[in-house]
Amino acid sequence: MMFIDPHIHMCSRTTYDYLVMREYGIVAVIEPAFWLGQPRTNAGTFKDYFSSLVGWERFRASQFGIQHYCTIGLNPKEANNEALAEEVIELLPLYACKEGVVAIGEIGYDDMTEAEDKYFCQQLALAKELDMLVLIHTPHRNKKAGASRSMDRCIEYGLDPSQVIIDHNNEETVEEVLARGFWAAFTIYPQTKMGNARMVEVVRKYGRDRIIVDSSADWGISDPLAVPKTAQLMLDRGIPEEHVRAVCYENALAAYSQTGQMQASDWLNPQSVDQRQLFNGNSVLRGQEPGIKSVSDYVLIE
Amino acid sequence: MNKVNKLLHHWLLKSVSEKAFAWLEQKQAQIASGAAERVFFTAFSAVPRYLGKQDLQLTFDDLEAAQDVIPGWYPDHWSVDQAGRTLLLLALPYDDAEGYVRSLDKFFSTADMGELVVLYQSLPLLPHPELHRHRAAEGIRSNMSNVFQAIALRNPYPADYLDNAAWNQMVLKAVFVGSPLHLIWGLDRRANPELARMLADYAHERWAAKRSVTPELWRTVGRFADSAIITDLEKVLANGDIHEQEAAALACAESPLPQAQALLSRYPDLQSSIQKGNLTWNSFSRDGLFVYK
Ligand SMILES: [Zn+2]
Repeated sequence: MMFIDPHIHMCSRTTYDYLVMREYGIVAVIEPAFWLGQPRTNAGTFKDYFSSLVGWERFRASQFGIQHYCTIGLNPKEANNEALAEEVIELLPLYACKEGVVAIGEIGYDDMTEAEDKYFCQQLALAKELDMLVLIHTPHRNKKAGASRSMDRCIEYGLDPSQVIIDHNNEETVEEVLARGFWAAFTIYPQTKMGNARMVEVVRKYGRDRIIVDSSADWGISDPLAVPKTAQLMLDRGIPEEHVRAVCYENALAAYSQTGQMQASDWLNPQSVDQRQLFNGNSVLRGQEPGIKSVSDYVLIE
Repeated sequence: MNKVNKLLHHWLLKSVSEKAFAWLEQKQAQIASGAAERVFFTAFSAVPRYLGKQDLQLTFDDLEAAQDVIPGWYPDHWSVDQAGRTLLLLALPYDDAEGYVRSLDKFFSTADMGELVVLYQSLPLLPHPELHRHRAAEGIRSNMSNVFQAIALRNPYPADYLDNAAWNQMVLKAVFVGSPLHLIWGLDRRANPELARMLADYAHERWAAKRSVTPELWRTVGRFADSAIITDLEKVLANGDIHEQEAAALACAESPLPQAQALLSRYPDLQSSIQKGNLTWNSFSRDGLFVYK
């Protein structure tokens, strides 16, 4: 089975992870711009971070047969440093139209402060102006209210619910998100977010429509294989295969392909554009897999 | 409109829809008349969305025309989005050289891989070419293979503008990452003794690790071979596969040393193919395995 992990922070993962992820069937990842564990102190570090999302990280993934996409945005935590936030907002148009940028995100609320609200709204306006999708980070605290208010704001700024992915849902938020027509994503992340056994029950209860599973793996204790492992657990516990495929692959593709920046042919068709970009002086490499195919090829250093 | 612009226009007209072309022309006009940098940035990024990314369909005559305008410019691998982005780049006002280079620096510093490839492969076409030397040396340091190749391969800029140190680094790196050397424009013209020594050293490193070296490596070595290098060539002729032997023979043929000629005469078949013109570096690159790992 093929998988997409539509929310993972690869900049904090190793190249070895890419190798293993590919072996477990992950063909594409989306890396939302987020914070880095400690607050950044100037706009230059945001610029370099955005550049690595559309540049080096995308290239590194491609070397292991994984297509890398990203979302660009100012995250809610760092929106509270207003002087810095102003400069970062200025940077966004320079990155928003680049190839492989599938949404503005992850944006939304953390503490639900006024500053967070201000820059959230500015970014929703930008998404509307550029006709882009939006990825919403719902807060860890006061999650239910945060999720509701995020959706209200999206509607207020003229976005269609089908253009918005609400992430980090749990049993408490899923009903409202689905009822209002938004995409409902779930983060399989130890302790703080959704567990894989709980995820199985969510899919059993709510079905396959508009539900998306992701790992959000980052520098914390987290698992870049959370999507394929959850898929396996779903199969083991009797969820129909079509439903597993929908929530671990097809729905992410349907949601994020809406603006044409991501499509299945990117990884299904070996003549696709990124293959050509990897040309090695002529067309000899066309259609070939990257040189290192499996972990076992890799463990011996000659 | 200058000649490069004209060619790119002509090629794009053949390949993209009228609507896409109209969008591009509108952006060109805005940029040329001094629109805000934001207009250039968003348009430059968005080009593939409007034009697509298919290859330009260039004829032999098109490629000849490119060579006539800028010797060494060989855009046979260019795509429509790359041509479109180059046109936007060429629309930027450049009268104020300092300001122009400052703007370019800003574009380079926020560009993604596809954009970097365009920026580097367009260097020989841009105004004020002598001001981009530092930038070109920077491109050679890239760890993204296609960005490196955009500057190193099928691009006349390095041979025309880089100093020897940067040039030698580029050739050595091309060998190191497995790029086909015959696609480096001006390779023979810019060969030099220092480069020959570095390449021979590199071959020794590979041999010590029991790895092979691309036979193309000997292409820039022959003319500057000393007796240590002749000993290396002797080893390759004795132990190498047919391609390695051919390359070593060609290198001997180019050496003025009697020692090299004596060595070559011990391989009469190779010697006579070279003398008859059946074995040349061109035929070697065409038929041989230039993608060595
Ligand atoms: Zn995240």
